[in-house]
Amino acid sequence: MDVVVFAAAAAIILAGALGVVLSPNPVHCALMLVMTLFGVAVLFVQEEAHFLAAVQVIVYAGAIVVLFLFVIMLLGVDKADSLSTEPLGGQRPAAAAVAVAGLGLVVLLAVRAAEVTGARSVAGALRGGESNLDVLGRSIFTDYLFAFEATSALLVIAVVGAVVMARRPRDTERDR
Amino acid sequence: MTVDDTWYLILGAVLFTIGGAGLLVRRNPLVMFMCVELMLNAVNLTFVTFARTLDDVGGQVVVFFVLVVAAAEVVVGLGIIVSILRRRPGATADDVSLLRG
Repeated sequence: MDVVVFAAAAAIILAGALGVVLSPNPVHCALMLVMTLFGVAVLFVQEEAHFLAAVQVIVYAGAIVVLFLFVIMLLGVDKADSLSTEPLGGQRPAAAAVAVAGLGLVVLLAVRAAEVTGARSVAGALRGGESNLDVLGRSIFTDYLFAFEATSALLVIAVVGAVVMARRPRDTERDR
Repeated sequence: MTVDDTWYLILGAVLFTIGGAGLLVRRNPLVMFMCVELMLNAVNLTFVTFARTLDDVGGQVVVFFVLVVAAAEVVVGLGIIVSILRRRPGATADDVSLLRG
């Protein structure tokens, strides 16, 4: 059963990821990204990270991709860009070489990490009988409280920055 | 038969590589941003896998913060892209070379 779920989710994730990279139309890219994010959410459920699976669907698929689609729609950049032209000579082969080398390195690390030797349950045990949400919430609001507060400041700064950057300058505003 | 943790890690590695290759190859800034999201998701998958392996909630907490930072990053990045594309429609990453050395 586990194997079937993992294989299906992995197929969805990889197909979506390749779709993001290879489809010429940005709207199709965004929809393929949704597919990948749902596959990752399935794997989060499989790995008993239930809260993160829900947040993945709500925040990523529900907010971030919608933001992408809004920007595509606002700017009208939904025309397909040709993937056949290569503006920088030899960049594609170099990118492929870097990708293959990086893949080999990271897969080697992943295989080596089968015998993981860290200290167990430092920040709190996941399988202590409590629900995933209880453990995660207690950890965030005790051990990681300062980081949590810092993220709230980060979000406010990001909102202010986005408003400042997306605002039209005064003179062009009057022209319209 | 259960799925070994190594398979999750390899899937994360492959997803990270696809995202990285897309970031290098694509020229539309929006699609480049989506490739960054792919790479972030690959790392999140790895963190959750290690959280399960070590029976430690810390990995899941890190994923929570990565989600928040990704949301903030997308907001600011899309703001920059909007302001660039408004000035010159159809700009690719190659056209924004004002700061090159």
